Amino acid sequence: MNNSLASNSSRTIAQEVVREITDLLYDYVLCLDDDRLEEWPDFFIEDCIYKIVPRENLRLKADLPIWFCENKNMLRDRVLALRTCSVYNLHYDRHLISNIRVKCQDDGRFYVHSNYAVFQTDLIEGKTILFCTGKYEDEVVFVAGQPKFKVKRVILDTYSVPNLLATPV
Amino acid sequence: MLDNVTWPSTDYSRVPYVVFGDQAIYNREQERIFQGSSWCYLGLEAEIPNPGDFKTSFVGNTSVVVNRSANGAVYAFENRCAHRGSTVVRELSGNRENYTCIYHHWCYDHEGNLIGVPFQRGLKGKGGMPREFDKCEHSLKKLRVETYRGVIFGTFDHDIMPLADYLGPRIRDILDTIFQKPIEVLGYMRQRMPSNWKLYWENATDCYHAGLLHQFGTTFGLFRATQEGGSFLGACPGHSVCYSIFGSDEGSVSEGYEGIEAYNAEMKLNDASLLQYRDEDSDQRGLIIMATFPSVIFQRIANTLATRQIRTKSPNEFELYWTYFGYADDDEELRRMRLTQTNLVGPAGLISMEDGEAGVLIQRAIERERHASSVMEMGGKGPIGDQDHLVSEMSVRGFWKHYCDVMGYVPGSSS
Repeated sequence: MNNSLASNSSRTIAQEVVREITDLLYDYVLCLDDDRLEEWPDFFIEDCIYKIVPRENLRLKADLPIWFCENKNMLRDRVLALRTCSVYNLHYDRHLISNIRVKCQDDGRFYVHSNYAVFQTDLIEGKTILFCTGKYEDEVVFVAGQPKFKVKRVILDTYSVPNLLATPV
Repeated sequence: MLDNVTWPSTDYSRVPYVVFGDQAIYNREQERIFQGSSWCYLGLEAEIPNPGDFKTSFVGNTSVVVNRSANGAVYAFENRCAHRGSTVVRELSGNRENYTCIYHHWCYDHEGNLIGVPFQRGLKGKGGMPREFDKCEHSLKKLRVETYRGVIFGTFDHDIMPLADYLGPRIRDILDTIFQKPIEVLGYMRQRMPSNWKLYWENATDCYHAGLLHQFGTTFGLFRATQEGGSFLGACPGHSVCYSIFGSDEGSVSEGYEGIEAYNAEMKLNDASLLQYRDEDSDQRGLIIMATFPSVIFQRIANTLATRQIRTKSPNEFELYWTYFGYADDDEELRRMRLTQTNLVGPAGLISMEDGEAGVLIQRAIERERHASSVMEMGGKGPIGDQDHLVSEMSVRGFWKHYCDVMGYVPGSSS
């Protein structure tokens, strides 16, 4: 996948498809920044993977995640936990994404690579920090004409997480 | 700034908040605890299996290198060039025949001995080091290293008691359980926590909070105050173990948690595979958390196996460094369970993220406080000992007793 990303670019994909996938990414982070977490799972198909992997683990066989949903129900359960029982820092998230590159594969999946940065604002003092940065390695499929994530792999360059990571990246 | 503290109670049921924010106290901790007579966790032998393998680690806030020499023995040294003080090794891990400082290329072997000084004899009769310069006197600062069950500990006190005695039989017994077979390191999780390291130590040894703060765990039986379990101390009260038996409180949960919102009988998961675990222990302890003074916590919760190392950074910041592992002979299903259960622990863990928030909430509220103290009487006041239940803060008091002994703080008589 990395090789194919390096060797190709959005130029070979229909611009309409690129635009739809770009919109998917922008809508995804808008949903998170608006704290509409209940809608977050719907950016994924049922048989999906969402994982957050600290970059230091990429050199290891297991690329150990700190967050590992292996289907959409596990995404729903995360939201359920966040809304009903988890205790975490009161904050706003603000995602910036850039460098979106789309590459088509034969099996109908689009491999998409983008950079992200998340600024986090603490609701007790109103201070903002750069919470984390890294890249998304996504696999997008079209279901009934709508782009959805089949795989969203969040690589955390910021492999030492500032305190805790509660809400999705 | 102060580095002497009058402890307000003789049974350590009070802790003065000033110890969580003062630079002079922090400096004294580095000197007396981390640089002093303590065995500190450095890493796992499985991380450096081959001759020449190394990893960088920390003792308190001091960077150290731990490595395996050509003869297979494990050595550690402070990561600071004996010449002009540069950090010698920058990588997190790797394999080296020797270590060359980037600055003036002074070179050290696996034991930390200085083996090369460029231009030591000068050039064409000019320059160079004085004739009497002896490389043997300029090695890197060495740690004494011992291992137990593949866990590597190091100390700057070369006269300290042997590691096995420092841990004691009850701590060794838990290590015998957790490291019962060869392990395979699966990865790391790090949290940069904006709170004093001792607040985390209090958290990890506090059975009382676990059945309240972590509502996900309480709801799904990963830890409940109503479960059978308890806590006990090691060779010193700075070491302690908390354990609980999953499923041991069937029928008593609702009654026990009546009026307490920490248990949510109505909550159901859409995918319960997260909660599937395999009993790896004949005595059915679903949870074991062991704190080993001064810098490491060992855990087995369900099928999660991990060490958590405390790397101090300043009075109000430390890094929590999780090393997550399985056994080398894990079958596919068990390995998958361990990976799925990463959702429970670490910075995003469903039964651990709360600990980071608890630390910050305390740090914010007490940082400027010079006089007040916390109160810990759950499980009783007075003598500090073992507990056969989970509604207790006894092991936290044990930590403070040992902390005061090492720091030279004498408890007052106001209790």
